[in-house]
Amino acid sequence: MTDTDQERDRNKETAFYKFTQQTLPACKPVLTPAWVITIFLFTGCIFIPVGLVTLRASRSVVEIVDRYDAECVPEPFRIDKVSYVQDDSIPKNCSRFLKVHKYMKAPIYIYYQLDNYYQNHRRYVKSRSDQQLLHGRKYHGTSSCQPVEFNNDHAIVPCGLVAWSLFNDTFKFIRERAELKVNRKNIAWKSDRDHKFGKKVYPYNFQNGTLIGGGKLNPRIPLSDQEDLIVWMRISALPSFRKLYGRIEEDLDVDDVVVVHLMNNYNTYSFSGKKKLVLSTSSWLGGKNDFLGLAYVFVGSSSLILALVFMLLHLRYRR
Amino acid sequence: MELHNNNNTCTTFDISRGSSLVQDKLSKSRRVRNKSVDFDDNLLYSGNPRLIYINDPRRTNDKYEFTGNEIRTSKYTLITFLPKNLFIQFHRVAYLYFLAIAALNQLPPLAVFGRTVSLFPLLFVLCVTAIKDGYEDWRRHRSDRNENNREALVLQLGGFRLKKWKKIRAGEVVKIHAHETIPCDMVLLGTSDPSGLAYIQTMNLDGESNLKTRYARQETASSVFEGCNVTGLIRCEQPNRNIYEFTANMEFNEQKFPLSQSNIVLRGCQLKNTDWIIGVVVYAGQETKAMLNSAVSPAKRSKLESYMNRETLWLSIFLLVMCSVVAVGMGLWLHRHKDKLDTLPYYRKRYLTNGKDKGKTYRYYGIPMETFFSLLSSIIVFQIMIPISLYITMELVRLGQSYFMIEDKHMYDSNSGSRFQCRSLNINEDLGQVRYVFSDKTGTLTENKMEFRNASVHGKNYGSSNLTDDLSEEHNIRAVLRSRWKLKSEISIDSELLDMLHKDLPGDERIAAHEFFLTLAACNTVIPIVSQDTSSGHGRSESWEDVEAIDYQGESPDEQALVSAASAYGYTLFERTSGHIVVDINGNKLRLDVLGLHEFDSVRKRMSVVIRFPNNTVKVLVKGADTSMFSILAKDTERDDQIRQATQSHLTEYSSVGLRTLVVAAKDLTDAELELWQCRYEDASTSLVDRAAKLRQTAALVECNLNLLGATAIEDKLQDGVPEAIEALRQAGIKVWVLTGDKQETAISIGLSCKLLTADMQQIIINGNSEEECRNLLADAKTRHGVQSSNRKKQNLKRKKNSENGYLDILDDTKSSNVLQRLAGREELAVRAPLALIIDGNSLVYILEKDLESELFSIATSCRVVLCCRVAPLQKAGIVDLIKSRTDDMTLAIGDGANDVSMIQMADVGVGICGQEGRQAVMASDFAMGQFRFLKRLLLVHGHWNYQRVGYLVLYNFYRNAVFVLMLFWYILCTAFSTTSALTDWSSVFYSVIYTSVPTIVVGILDKDLSHRTLLQYPKLYGAGHRHEAYNLQLFWITMIDTLWQSLVLFYIPLFMYKESSIDIWSMGSLWTIAVVVLVNIHLAMDIRRWVFITHVAVWGSIMITYACMVVLDSIPIFPNYWTIYHLATSPTYWLTILLIIIVALLPRFLVKVVHQIFWPSDIQIAREAEILR
Repeated sequence: MTDTDQERDRNKETAFYKFTQQTLPACKPVLTPAWVITIFLFTGCIFIPVGLVTLRASRSVVEIVDRYDAECVPEPFRIDKVSYVQDDSIPKNCSRFLKVHKYMKAPIYIYYQLDNYYQNHRRYVKSRSDQQLLHGRKYHGTSSCQPVEFNNDHAIVPCGLVAWSLFNDTFKFIRERAELKVNRKNIAWKSDRDHKFGKKVYPYNFQNGTLIGGGKLNPRIPLSDQEDLIVWMRISALPSFRKLYGRIEEDLDVDDVVVVHLMNNYNTYSFSGKKKLVLSTSSWLGGKNDFLGLAYVFVGSSSLILALVFMLLHLRYRR
Repeated sequence: MELHNNNNTCTTFDISRGSSLVQDKLSKSRRVRNKSVDFDDNLLYSGNPRLIYINDPRRTNDKYEFTGNEIRTSKYTLITFLPKNLFIQFHRVAYLYFLAIAALNQLPPLAVFGRTVSLFPLLFVLCVTAIKDGYEDWRRHRSDRNENNREALVLQLGGFRLKKWKKIRAGEVVKIHAHETIPCDMVLLGTSDPSGLAYIQTMNLDGESNLKTRYARQETASSVFEGCNVTGLIRCEQPNRNIYEFTANMEFNEQKFPLSQSNIVLRGCQLKNTDWIIGVVVYAGQETKAMLNSAVSPAKRSKLESYMNRETLWLSIFLLVMCSVVAVGMGLWLHRHKDKLDTLPYYRKRYLTNGKDKGKTYRYYGIPMETFFSLLSSIIVFQIMIPISLYITMELVRLGQSYFMIEDKHMYDSNSGSRFQCRSLNINEDLGQVRYVFSDKTGTLTENKMEFRNASVHGKNYGSSNLTDDLSEEHNIRAVLRSRWKLKSEISIDSELLDMLHKDLPGDERIAAHEFFLTLAACNTVIPIVSQDTSSGHGRSESWEDVEAIDYQGESPDEQALVSAASAYGYTLFERTSGHIVVDINGNKLRLDVLGLHEFDSVRKRMSVVIRFPNNTVKVLVKGADTSMFSILAKDTERDDQIRQATQSHLTEYSSVGLRTLVVAAKDLTDAELELWQCRYEDASTSLVDRAAKLRQTAALVECNLNLLGATAIEDKLQDGVPEAIEALRQAGIKVWVLTGDKQETAISIGLSCKLLTADMQQIIINGNSEEECRNLLADAKTRHGVQSSNRKKQNLKRKKNSENGYLDILDDTKSSNVLQRLAGREELAVRAPLALIIDGNSLVYILEKDLESELFSIATSCRVVLCCRVAPLQKAGIVDLIKSRTDDMTLAIGDGANDVSMIQMADVGVGICGQEGRQAVMASDFAMGQFRFLKRLLLVHGHWNYQRVGYLVLYNFYRNAVFVLMLFWYILCTAFSTTSALTDWSSVFYSVIYTSVPTIVVGILDKDLSHRTLLQYPKLYGAGHRHEAYNLQLFWITMIDTLWQSLVLFYIPLFMYKESSIDIWSMGSLWTIAVVVLVNIHLAMDIRRWVFITHVAVWGSIMITYACMVVLDSIPIFPNYWTIYHLATSPTYWLTILLIIIVALLPRFLVKVVHQIFWPSDIQIAREAEILR
């Protein structure tokens, strides 16, 4: 017992001594040609297969994108779209015909896409109160919600620009005269529903002011079930963004024509923002995006080439 | 309360007092400014002396102008701590920057970060520093309290009673017992020794461990014995820092006599070998010399840091450009959307809702103001572009580096038990770029342990060849005699000289030899300390019953050697008091009265003592430097001339083998001469004004027409490893200049013995005695050796630098040492034969003060070696300044004595040797060590490492912060210039504080490119520092371009990845946070050259901790980023994106690095491969 203890002590001492003399045994990597070639080869061998797999996954995704903001304004109003969209007396319904060019397997995700919409503007991002979303009227520190904070000296629930500007176009999908079933549950993060948005917080005075920014909320449904709001309030990172609207839980066949009846309520005309409707299947990687696969293949093949170049150089000019 | 009645005190001086007070105030301010450590500067305030009434503190202090003895080294009290500490902390620019940024963030239109978040970095740094300062001050308080509450015996109510130190006042009489510490500066009144002698140890003051003698004046010593009631008046100079000078006089019992340095004991010294002393307090508390000397020497700044500040300026320009881009973008955007600001869903300039604010603008101040606010808020977001944390990081890194330098066993001097000391923490990396080393000789290159080697007596040389290594028969006869006095060191004795001394032959030669040794024994300031108890001695001494050990304590090692030598020849200095000395001549004790002593000074360069023999003859005994002695010898007979020539040839012979020489002479004084001298001497030594000059004049009275007795030669041994160290430094491209106070011949001989000078060198010797002569000598040397004028020289230097850049091939088939030689040889060819410049102090006086400086500079820099002999301390600094002001090259000065202080403080790096000449040099130095040879390791190994580490550290920190800021910048361009950050506030703050700080510190301390063995084996590797390889402007720009690329990759890969997707801002921010942290850590990992356990922990641990922090931050529901990381982690895209970012971002850097290392390797790289792949 004591012997081994002493030995350990001595080892510790010598280790400490070596530490103070800066002579601890250490790994000292040197970039020898062999190592360099190995590293490049290794990178190439990893990246090219991964790239091919991701590319395949991305290619397997079927996506239908339809821009409707311009077409859905009737001809006579196209000169002044803003007043059209702001005039409540004019009906806003509009129909779009989408042709399915490739078999789409359920679930098919429905997104709406807004372009040139700076949800990430600092004034916008800040204008919300996460405490109020959770605690409702009981919470009073809502000053961050300005300029949309009070309505007749009562704090608006939910307050802030973000909630105020809730997207309110609606979509109905009809295939061969039968309405497609759209599941609009579980489109928001479960964590948001359970812990961020209060189960007993009701939007009792939402959109009661003179200026109405966007969608209204049913005052009898608590915020935790207002999934459109929850999705909307996950502020998007970039000025062109998609948000989940729902899921079609039926497969779409090739050459199916889906008729979309939509209410073109949301005003993007004031800042010439585009509105698009997106139907997309998904893969293990998510939506359709070739970039990742292409980048991986490109990086992988360039490192293979580099490995080759270094090998040749090494053979030619051996030091 | 003292209730003394002081009727007897002199009142005559009271008149002058009132008027002197006004001047006192004036001179005080003058004195405070005069803080130089110039010991020659003997400032005397004759107009307003300090008046101390002995044993009458009340009268002494009636104007409350003298401080009490309470000392305070602490900075704060409980009440002042917070304001004062904050005030001091905010003197640093970095903190002001932090404060300004935090303050900006508190303005409502600019609130980029949350209020608490923005204050976090500042509060963190402030708290850490405040706690550190508070702890240090608490310790100071404690030690102050201990110090102030010590007790001493003070004369009160007619008897000595204990009194706390802090209550002691000037004018009080204090009694100190043996081994006690002196509480304040006191003039000695009496001691337990009847002759008024006291021994003190001044270790705390100047680090010298030998005992020094102090004397009480005979006049006071006797009356102290009689009774306690002493009264008198001391007039002394105002408090000053000079611990080697004290000028005062005392009015006592109607007598007036001078007081000098030998009459005062200083605070902090310890009483030894003396039972008690009684003294009167003259300076107390903060006015004591010890306290006045505790000021620290001015801080130096490293050169790399000043380059770094230049690059920081570039970074601030980048910062401003980025902020202006954001601001202008904001302005244009607002202008374009001017009409829509009330209709945009994401930008509302007015309050929207019903209520009192309806229709008012909300945080909108018009386009120009918005633009301006946008500028300010982008400064807040981009604040870490200026790497303020770098200064704190560098301090920590240097601390770690110092730890390793201190712990290095190869720089531990086992002889003196002194380890390496880092006294300055700011200039570690300067050690890697030194180009000029200015070295003192005595005590630095040599050991300063003097050994008596040769003597020339009466024109005859003794001890050169026939040194008795073995004890001859004759020797044994004398053994009994000699062994009565055990000496510390063995001295080899020339038997012929010894015989001659003991023969009772009459004759000049015999008398000369007698006087010669008498002078050696008498003409000095050495104190013999006789220890009676033999039992405490070594085992050897026990064999002789009656052996008394004599230990010679003195301030000059030369004198100690001479006295020991005299003792070996039978002339043992036995006792010394202020009035007489006792010399034991072959067993007969001879008591000699010392009438006066002219101490050694740098002007006269000699010392003399006037003694009266028992038979009433009076003699003056002189010893001094040869130049100053030969001119004052008597010029009489032919015989004298012969002796003089013989002695002179002996002297040249001695100095040619590197011995230190002194000339010894004496003469009898006639009564008339004596009387004249005595009168003048008394007058001069009581004078308060110009005492030194007056004494010098007095000395001239007796120091003339001397009879030459002979000369001595003392060997000053070279330290271990000096030639090797100098050779290594030379190979490393460092020029070693030796600056010494020795003679030209001695300097050259030492130069030869330490391989500084070699036989094949052409020596240029400049020793002119006038400006014209120097000018001619310089011009002559220039033409003869083809030295170009300074501007052509520059081209040449450039060429030379290029040739130095030629990388050396260690992997070559030929032996590497051959390569080195070949390289050296090629260089030599270019400059023809190597030149050595030898210049003496006299010429330097003319050259440094006149316009010949540039001439000297051009010659000196083209010489391989420069030796300056006979230089004064200030000239040493002048030479350092010559190089420092004319080149960008780093200078290092190394020395051990007080005369090197100015040079050490002038040079970029000052190194002190803990030697025998006290600690003045160490106190003024930045680094201190035990031996000269450690310099090789300090520069070649630690200097190299530190330079490489700090250089990389700075570049990496620039990169680390810039890549982060650029990434934020690109994103802001996508947010309508609204300075939104996708990262959470806490992540932005933690990035430089927690996520990435530890690895840089660890790598800055532990990374190491080459082993010390390789570095010592190939000194040429040191050239990396000369060529600024680890940090230069080019590297900075390359790093910045790399940074730009990496930030673009960081930003755009996720952008393309998540283009037109439903990703939210916090997920994107989370991805960027992780990506940038992983990226900078892998970047660092790629450059680490030595992986030890701690490095692994730091690098991988940082990434781990970042993840942990993100998980914690994403688990708090009130943050909008709630649960983000959990969502991301389940998506394969996230991981693939991070991998892609890392690879693509680092690919160019890796490629450049690989290509550079394989096809254009630096010599460090070659040496490294040779070392590892061997």
